[in-house]
Amino acid sequence: MPIISTAGLARTFQTKHGPVEAVRGIDLTVRSGEILGFLGPNGAGKTTTLRMLTTLLPPTGGAATVAGHDLVEDPAGVRRACGYVAQSGGVDPQITVREELVTQGRLYRLTKEQAVRRAEELAHDLDLTELLDRKCAALSGGQRRRLDIAMALTHRPRVLFLDEPTTGLDPGSRADLWALVRRLRDEHGTTVFLTTHYLDEADALSDRLVVVDDGRIVADGTPSALKLRYAGSIDASLQDTFLAITGRGPAPADSTPVAV
Amino acid sequence: MLLHDTALIFGRYARQTLRSRFAMLFGVLMPLLYLLFFGPLLTGLPLGSRGSSWQVLVPGLLLQLSLFGASFSGFMIILEKQSGVIERMRVTPVSRLALLLGRVLRDAAVFVFQAVLLVVAALFMGLRAPLAGILVGFVFVALLTVSLASLSYALAMKARSQHEFGPAVNALTMASMLLSGLMLPMSLAPGWLDLVSRFVPFRYLVDAMRDAYVGLYTTASMLYGALAAVALTTLAVTVGTRVFRTAGA
Ligand SMILES: Nc1ncnc2c1ncn2[C@@H]1O[C@H](COP(=O)(O)OP(=O)(O)O)[C@@H](O)[C@H]1O
Ligand SMILES: [Mg+2]
Repeated sequence: MPIISTAGLARTFQTKHGPVEAVRGIDLTVRSGEILGFLGPNGAGKTTTLRMLTTLLPPTGGAATVAGHDLVEDPAGVRRACGYVAQSGGVDPQITVREELVTQGRLYRLTKEQAVRRAEELAHDLDLTELLDRKCAALSGGQRRRLDIAMALTHRPRVLFLDEPTTGLDPGSRADLWALVRRLRDEHGTTVFLTTHYLDEADALSDRLVVVDDGRIVADGTPSALKLRYAGSIDASLQDTFLAITGRGPAPADSTPVAV
Repeated sequence: MLLHDTALIFGRYARQTLRSRFAMLFGVLMPLLYLLFFGPLLTGLPLGSRGSSWQVLVPGLLLQLSLFGASFSGFMIILEKQSGVIERMRVTPVSRLALLLGRVLRDAAVFVFQAVLLVVAALFMGLRAPLAGILVGFVFVALLTVSLASLSYALAMKARSQHEFGPAVNALTMASMLLSGLMLPMSLAPGWLDLVSRFVPFRYLVDAMRDAYVGLYTTASMLYGALAAVALTTLAVTVGTRVFRTAGA
């Protein structure tokens, strides 16, 4: 059974300037233990899709289940099964790493002792032990990301949603994060659903790629299958493949590696 | 679960308040200035109500404290929204009602504490009122704080930025203060102003609290005040919880 399955999942926002169809009907199944790269340019509807799948935002159309729980019927079940790291992260800069980790454990209904123990475990796993008594504001970008992920792993979720986890990180921290994501899959069988607009990241990290544009899925497959199908060769660059899929060139390169 | 979650959220924000003790003491400064420099002006005036001028002024100041303080509670949540703390909490199984209650109960605790400081200061200035009346007054302060803070959080969750939120709240609180007779009783007002003020719920709270301060607990004003406070609280908590449940922004 797929761990995530959606049918016609859609979200329209009502704004002052009229309705905005952010997501226009996503049909998707994700297998357990897969690293799924959800790739698309800014405004494609990646964040909106993630916010629906994590119960933060009610869909305006379609349906979905996460770990067997229906998004609308059983949001509590979905919440127990998934962890989520927003692009902004989710810690208070004025609070210490330890306090945030312990509070998070208690939000997941651990007892005080369990929460303290879990905080130490997570800190050890994600190399945060030395930082436990620092304020979150005093962490580097990469440390902050590790903390965000530690928080999302508190309840050992089966699915982890990461929204642009490496945007703004230096190359070293990006590499660490990639290694962490692979380790989660390999050691814990965690399904990782991550969005990115970096082609190299999608290529290097994903078992499977889903390309979205303008609220719709425009391509779906392993990186090599997509290259073969859209650019004619498995040795093609993902950049050429992406161009063939969306009919658009990449945006001008910024300081970080090849971005769409 | 609701109790567990509420206590947890309350604890988080109470610790935050304790870290900024200075801000909390600063909050009492404005009403304290009124007490020191405005209170003495009233001592000889006929205010058209029972009791001394202090028994009229202090209930108004206490509610003013809560009105201005609690209405701006939402500011903090705008920052939390930007840092992603709100969504991170909403992804966990935590009760949505607790996300609101934990915060507003912290606010209620802060403003009741400030109210206690103010009443102690007023006792030195010459206030004399029955203990039961003073305690009833704290209940009104707590209920008004819970109501206004709930609405403030709801508005802030919807607002795009501080720049949208601040001016809106400022206008609303100023108008409410003037129209509810917080400074001077509306019994002094001309007919039209008295009529307008009857549409402002705080007016009933002030009138009831002034009755409590002169030891009258079974008056019509007290009944209306209690009803207004409970209705306002119920409405505000319902609205606030809804926003935490569905926050689309
Ligand atoms: N709360 C909102 N209100 C109105 N429009 C929104 C809201 N959130 C997102 N949108 C719009 O929906 C579209 C998709 O946004 P988003 O899902 O954030 O894209 P991505 O994460 O792929 O960059 C954009 O056009 C964005 O402006
Ligand atoms: Mg996004």
